[in-house]
Amino acid sequence: MSTSNGDVVVTGLGATTPLGGDVASTWEALLAGRSGVSRITDDWVADFPAQLVARLADDPTAQLDRVRARRLDRSQQVAVIAAEQAWRDSGAAEAGVAPERVAVVFGTGIGGALTLLGQDDVLEQKGPKRVSPFTIPMLMPNGPSAAVGLAIGAKGGVHAPVSACASGAEAIRWGLDLLRLDRADVVLVGGAEACVHPLPMAGFAAMRAMSTRNDEPERASRPFDKARDGFVLGEGAGALVLERADAARARGAQVHARLAGAGGTADGYDLVAPHPEGEGAGRAIAAAVRDAGLAPADIGHVNAHATSTPVGDTAEAAAIRDTIGEHVLVTATKSQTGHLLGAAGALESVFTVLALRDQLVPATANLDDPDDDAAVQALDIVRREPRRASFSAAVNDSFGFGGHNIALVFTTA
Amino acid sequence: MSEDIQSGLAEILEEVAGVAPADATPEKSFTEDLDVDSLSMVEIATAVEDKFGVAIPDDELANIKTVGDAISYIQKNRG
Repeated sequence: MSTSNGDVVVTGLGATTPLGGDVASTWEALLAGRSGVSRITDDWVADFPAQLVARLADDPTAQLDRVRARRLDRSQQVAVIAAEQAWRDSGAAEAGVAPERVAVVFGTGIGGALTLLGQDDVLEQKGPKRVSPFTIPMLMPNGPSAAVGLAIGAKGGVHAPVSACASGAEAIRWGLDLLRLDRADVVLVGGAEACVHPLPMAGFAAMRAMSTRNDEPERASRPFDKARDGFVLGEGAGALVLERADAARARGAQVHARLAGAGGTADGYDLVAPHPEGEGAGRAIAAAVRDAGLAPADIGHVNAHATSTPVGDTAEAAAIRDTIGEHVLVTATKSQTGHLLGAAGALESVFTVLALRDQLVPATANLDDPDDDAAVQALDIVRREPRRASFSAAVNDSFGFGGHNIALVFTTA
Repeated sequence: MSEDIQSGLAEILEEVAGVAPADATPEKSFTEDLDVDSLSMVEIATAVEDKFGVAIPDDELANIKTVGDAISYIQKNRG
């Protein structure tokens, strides 16, 4: 029964991204094929092999009260901005939901790196007495979640999954579980990341994970393309408000989509390399489809994790082909947003919901020459321009260093 | 001059805690009236040290309850 207590819907959306300061402007830029990627011009970047970044379109400090902003790490600032948008969009506050029944699940991959590294500079240069008393609450990995909880007055539990680039998606899965277990009536879920700084850039570059196509910033993130050479680091946040369908209906809330199912697995294969055939990824997708009570043939669209790394994209293509099939319309929106790490799964779930709403699959930018890999060749990857299609179910999958795999199934409202 | 100290302190309070300068008057309690929390008090103490060259040890900081307390402490200990 679609009205059962376990039926969960999305009633609010929020985002601040390299493409726009909110959901509407981000979606419009995505569909228009605009890129959020640019080349770093700061002096420090001169010796770096990878010099590209997808910076926020809107400065978060301009959107927050000055004193509030200075006590929040940039990862917390973007979390609060996206979360407050989603909260307003849901209308839950006006509906008078009891704070004790409101929970938050907000993930991050790296956390307050800018605070950690910035305060380390203070320590080295000025000594321990000059280190800010806000250092710890700004750098802790539950910082974005805690800041969001305070912002919306959530008292039903505030949680912070940390699973690298699967964190945002994992937060959504936890939110679904909390509602199914009746531990909350409304859950604000999402992910946030803001770690553009020499150290993370150098670390990812040392792994040979980042694109070095420095002379062509907008062409650098090219998932599934033969000439892809790594990801582009992005910053931002995505947020969704989840509620049980019966409660949402009872209060007359708008429903953007249903969150019909979720699946999570671990590769058990390597700390950072994905399983070459996407074995764990495939199991997560299959579990999510099963959890949604659907068959693979029901899934019409996949917003792929596809970060533009040589090994990751082919492993994922195999997982999608083998678990869902060749009929599905695939897109890789990181081609325009860059890779938002712990925020990626949340932002791409926002995109998946909008694709369902508009019956429109965004194009994968820069996919000029699809990889020769058999799975990539087999899939119908949308490119050049968005494609209109009729579909009632879509998957968003996310994977993280550590072998974390999360898949989410959304269906039309 | 206590007026110089008061205006200097008001600048710090505005920067660190967003307190309007007109509200930073001697009788005001930091926590009760101005909503300054304990972590912000630590930041204020550091800023006072930078601005006035007056160190405020933690046990002294605990006794500074009002803007007036801070002004007298700075007055008394300034070189």
